[in-house]
Amino acid sequence: MKLSQELQYKAGMLTTRRHFLKQCTTGLGGMALGGLLGCSSWEPSADKAPLLSEVLGNAAHFAPRAKRVIFLHMAGAPSQLELFDYKPELQKLHGKPCPPSLLEDKKFAFISGVPKMLGPQAKFSQHGESRAWISHRLPHFSAVADDVCFLKAVHTDQFNHAPAQLFLHSGSPRLGRPSMGSWVTYGLGSENENLPGYMVLVSGGNTPSAGKSVWGSGFLPTLYQGVQCRSQGDPVLYVSNPAGMGRDLRGKSIEAINKINQQQYREFKDPEILTRIAQYEMAFKMQVSVPEATDISKEPAYIHEMYGTEPGTTSFANNCLLARRLAERGVRFIQLFHWGWDTHGDNIQNGLNNGFVDRCREIDQPMTALIQDLKQRGLLEDTLVVWGAEFGRTPMQENRVGVDTPFEGRDHHTDAYTMWMAGGGVKGGITHGETDIIGYHGIKDRVHIHDLQATVLHALGMDHEKLTYRFQSRDFRLTDVSGKVVQEIFS
Amino acid sequence: MAKFRHILAGSTGILILVLGFLSCKKEEISFNQHIRPILNENCLACHGGVRQLGDFSLLFPETAYAPAESGKRPIVPGSHKKSEMYQRLVHTDPGERMPQDAPPLNDQEIKLIAEWIDQGAQWEDHWAYVPPGLPQVPSLNSSWPQSDMDRFVLQKLQEAGLDPEVQALPATLARRVSLDLTGLPPSGKMLAQYLEEPTATHYEALVDSLLASEHYGERWASMWLDLARYADSNGYEADNHRNIWRFRDWVIQAFNSDMPFDQFTVEQLAGDLLPDPTRQQLIATAFHRNSMTNTEGGTIDEEFRLASVMDRLNTTFEVWQSTSIACVQCHSHPYDPFKHEEYYNLMAYFNNTQDADLSSLAPGLATWEPVDAQRIEQIVAFIDRMRQPEIDKNLTQNQSLGDKFKEALFPTLIPQLCDDFQHVQINTDGSVNNQVINLSEGLNRRLYFTFNNIELEGLQAINYYYATRGTDARIKVYLDQLDGLLLQQVDFPYTTRQAEHVWEQTFTRESFKLRNQIPTGKHHLVFELINTTAKAPDGLVTIKEILLEFEEPPSKQLRDYQNELWELRTKADLTPIMKAKTPGFTRITQVFDRGSWLTPTDTVTSQLPATLSRGTAIGGDRLALAQWLTGPDNPLTARVMVNRLWEQLFGTGIVLTVEDFGTQAEPASHSGLLDFLALRLMNEHQWSIKSFLKEILMTASYQQSSRVTEKKLQIDPYNRLLSRGARFRLTAEQIRDQALAVSGLLDGTIGGRSVMPPQPQGIWQVIYNAQQWETKPEDKYRRGLYTYWKRTSPYPSMVSFDSPSREFCVSRRIRTNTPLQALVTLNDPVYVEAAAALAQRLKPLEQDLEAAIRQGYQLALVGEPSQETIDILKQLYTEAAEELGTAIQPVTWRPGERIDDPMMVVANAILNLDGFIMKE
Repeated sequence: MKLSQELQYKAGMLTTRRHFLKQCTTGLGGMALGGLLGCSSWEPSADKAPLLSEVLGNAAHFAPRAKRVIFLHMAGAPSQLELFDYKPELQKLHGKPCPPSLLEDKKFAFISGVPKMLGPQAKFSQHGESRAWISHRLPHFSAVADDVCFLKAVHTDQFNHAPAQLFLHSGSPRLGRPSMGSWVTYGLGSENENLPGYMVLVSGGNTPSAGKSVWGSGFLPTLYQGVQCRSQGDPVLYVSNPAGMGRDLRGKSIEAINKINQQQYREFKDPEILTRIAQYEMAFKMQVSVPEATDISKEPAYIHEMYGTEPGTTSFANNCLLARRLAERGVRFIQLFHWGWDTHGDNIQNGLNNGFVDRCREIDQPMTALIQDLKQRGLLEDTLVVWGAEFGRTPMQENRVGVDTPFEGRDHHTDAYTMWMAGGGVKGGITHGETDIIGYHGIKDRVHIHDLQATVLHALGMDHEKLTYRFQSRDFRLTDVSGKVVQEIFS
Repeated sequence: MAKFRHILAGSTGILILVLGFLSCKKEEISFNQHIRPILNENCLACHGGVRQLGDFSLLFPETAYAPAESGKRPIVPGSHKKSEMYQRLVHTDPGERMPQDAPPLNDQEIKLIAEWIDQGAQWEDHWAYVPPGLPQVPSLNSSWPQSDMDRFVLQKLQEAGLDPEVQALPATLARRVSLDLTGLPPSGKMLAQYLEEPTATHYEALVDSLLASEHYGERWASMWLDLARYADSNGYEADNHRNIWRFRDWVIQAFNSDMPFDQFTVEQLAGDLLPDPTRQQLIATAFHRNSMTNTEGGTIDEEFRLASVMDRLNTTFEVWQSTSIACVQCHSHPYDPFKHEEYYNLMAYFNNTQDADLSSLAPGLATWEPVDAQRIEQIVAFIDRMRQPEIDKNLTQNQSLGDKFKEALFPTLIPQLCDDFQHVQINTDGSVNNQVINLSEGLNRRLYFTFNNIELEGLQAINYYYATRGTDARIKVYLDQLDGLLLQQVDFPYTTRQAEHVWEQTFTRESFKLRNQIPTGKHHLVFELINTTAKAPDGLVTIKEILLEFEEPPSKQLRDYQNELWELRTKADLTPIMKAKTPGFTRITQVFDRGSWLTPTDTVTSQLPATLSRGTAIGGDRLALAQWLTGPDNPLTARVMVNRLWEQLFGTGIVLTVEDFGTQAEPASHSGLLDFLALRLMNEHQWSIKSFLKEILMTASYQQSSRVTEKKLQIDPYNRLLSRGARFRLTAEQIRDQALAVSGLLDGTIGGRSVMPPQPQGIWQVIYNAQQWETKPEDKYRRGLYTYWKRTSPYPSMVSFDSPSREFCVSRRIRTNTPLQALVTLNDPVYVEAAAALAQRLKPLEQDLEAAIRQGYQLALVGEPSQETIDILKQLYTEAAEELGTAIQPVTWRPGERIDDPMMVVANAILNLDGFIMKE
């Protein structure tokens, strides 16, 4: 809190109305009044007092291109060399020892000694008017080649999963900073007051290595943390009533609670009580809106076919469809994680020609459907879809323990890898950035993780240097002390 | 953000000050009060600690008055005309005018600066860095004050034109004081006595009984554990289990026994450096073993060791000094008078402990289960008896054996020092593990560790339990020091071809004879691990155990005891503690250029920042630092602690920014009172927290009703003037504990291992290990502070109510108010269970519904419900009864079952009332 609380402390003095707002948003807040987790509309007021945002300025620093983000994170880091970054020259080097020049001053997670080069383990062909190279591992995805902007020379600072995931999502490799979705909801609030503004969907059998911290709110109020949408049990924790407590009865019980609280307010005049009344009403509404939003079973058959979804299971496909439903309902930041991409080749699950192929199959159709579906609903224009991972993979075959791994696999690689974006004002059918002939270094238009973060915020209309929060006497921001918006990719 | 701050500063504080000043012109201008806020706001970004453009910085007087790069003097006391700073503020050329690229200062601000310079430009140190002087207690004509503190409070209220509130109702006050002191609602004899006859004497008796309650320590430990960043896991990716709950229990006991805060400080920061530290004092040092440890493959231990050391420094300065020293890691402080280098002087205090981001968390303090501990005692006692000649004169040769056997116990036979932690890992059982990635880096490096003070007489061989994948590993054992007398050199024969994981390797046990004639007496054994080729793959060698083999014990009984001791050794439960490195193995500390550990520069020694030490050189070790913190010359510690306790009781600190007393902090709401109380805490109360808290709880200020009026909301919206009693939401732990307590479910057991109360499926996620979230029956209803705290997978209802993740020190929890919280207290099974248990308590009264509801309300909220409240709940009961029917059987709801009793619906509503969630 710190500065923001001080802000509210002062702004709160102005009018009671604004005091209420402070109570329910807590954060820098004015911006969040659109109702992050819903706080504003209950007030039956034509009160013309200025909103907190008008008093304090607004985090939207210029016209946004996107209103929301769907971030598809492939946890474990898939190989760009088998998906998007086609390197025929690497094939020619296949099996040859890695030149020492590539190993000098390098630190790998597992490679030791002199590894061999590993040619692409997939076939590539060109697609769409943009003639983008896409691997045959993603047969569906080639259909949306012209909707997507490839960033081919992304690079990061961290070569271990947890720090790199934290770095990607929070701008710092250490725990404790707010995640991107927290920053975004802190800056912009949510469009739907009946749903959390920042929702997280996890598939692949595991949460990301860095745990729930990758959607934590760090030092921002917990109000801004990602709410995990669960595939089993309650979609949002405790949203359903215990058996026997029907909706009517719950309604009556909340009514009773609120009536007594109103009485309490009459006696104590503490505005916090009014906020609590509003939050109980909101909770009651969420009990309907959350299950409704997260129930994919009523989607028509053609949609299920399009995504390859099976209601009642946990899958990336289901999560893609859920993401669209949440986007439709105005959830600001929808974060997907799909686990299982750590393709070292040390076991069959991690083989480039084994488990990796399955992972590709799991994502190909649904992520394609997501783009197409958003597009046919007119949502792609103002929804930024981002696909990528914490880092990429080496052009060398991994040789942990000095011996080649039993299956084809690649080590972690930080210097160059591919991410893509679609929608939200980003030009489709273009490629930004280029790597060398073996895909080892970026040689043109490199995009650092902080640049990527700056770019996402930019798409949402926020200046990454101005979206700050004071903690331990310092103004923190998502992009730490760097970051440059990749302007070229916007139409 | 700069813009926001500008608006704030402009709209409130400064403007008021300026107007105040203009209305009485003769007033002397204070640097702190009038000038510093203007400079901080407008100048320090370029002329502060981060940047000193034009060689001009306003951080210290010496750089503010001295000629700048231009040769001109920015501030010439006595003449604003001659002062370059003034000239630049009013310059007509926008390129020259300051602040650059920003709007000019307004006329009042410029006038103030000019006037200040003309009056002599008297520099003042920031108030927080000046030791408190005893302020004058205001003398007021009012019968309201019960104490000097009340007089300070009333003075401010009168200045604001406000009257204090009447005393809160006895039930409300009893609940308030009980929640404040124990985190639980009140109960028992003292409550009954006070409610029956609410006199000051009975109130005091209630306060005393609460202070004596063993739950007192639990409530205040909850506050301290946020500061200590206590958690049951290591953090980062693997976030494995950390066995450090004994520290939590130490904190509880320290509060319960009212350990004076100076001693509390010294034991936590430097207990290991006290003469002959007790076990408890060693456990106290785990305060700083709560920093995170990163054990992910490929991470560099030294990087994360340093991250821990810096975290310890930053935490110490946030907890005891409310100083954001972390800012100084990379550059001088942007606003406060601390220099970049001073950060490393401070780091030198913390840089010489043995821990080093090892997955074993070594060094650890061993504790055994009572039965094992007893057995060890027995064996050792037996060996001791053997040394008594009068018992058996033939056993004199066993004298030294007795020593040796004792050494077989922790901690002497555990590697004491290990100076290249990147490549050697010491396991929890004391074994040494070299599990290195890219060990080619280790070529010709010295990886060593020592066994200290071993009685060598009779030592014949060293037995290794090891595995290696190659023939590259060599170990050398020297006497006393590296390159000392070589006792042994072993090239480990190959044991296993290739295994992906260490735990799949084939281990071999083999004894190697010592080379030389072994001296007698106590010596250190220094083991050096050598990688003989550059080819070694990762995992050069893993040594699980090193045993020293002495000549065969003469009797079978002794041999059996020896084996039994070895066996018992492995059962030790280790609590990570701080342990200073021994002389000869200490680290040097260097300044890191721009804060990066990869670019070390000048070597520095331990020293306090000049601003805080005020000229007295302290130097020395952690103990010296700890003693200085609570010593008479420290300007901050007592104020900081008073402010913390105040914030816990009243919701907002006297200084709002509990974590920062620097120049950017909000002005104190009652600065005189803060100093007054700080001096009392140190002198009158001799650092006794209980006695200090009692002083506050006995004041009229504390006992006010929390009702608020329109006028007070206007003038004192956040109750910083204490124009009424405090009213704010309970903490995550308190909300849970209270629901369990009022329903009668609470298990009041104090201390012990952390517990895993039920949580929904799918929350618990771990990687790389098989740890399960297992709820034992006795775990279900313990207080919240015992809930297992995994940093990357926190307990869901705790997070909903704003508990921090405990990755770093947190001074203030944010109190949000969200619909997700409502869902927790409405539907989380533990709250529904509490509702069922509460309903069951009311069941006997059900015939008289009104009495049952009154009873339920009183049990939960202590106070008396209004008739309207009773009517509302009666109606809810009736409606619920229509739907559920009225059951006669007892309420025995278990998670997953149907709610079938209308009383349970009523109880669930009571446990969700605002008055229940709030302290009021």
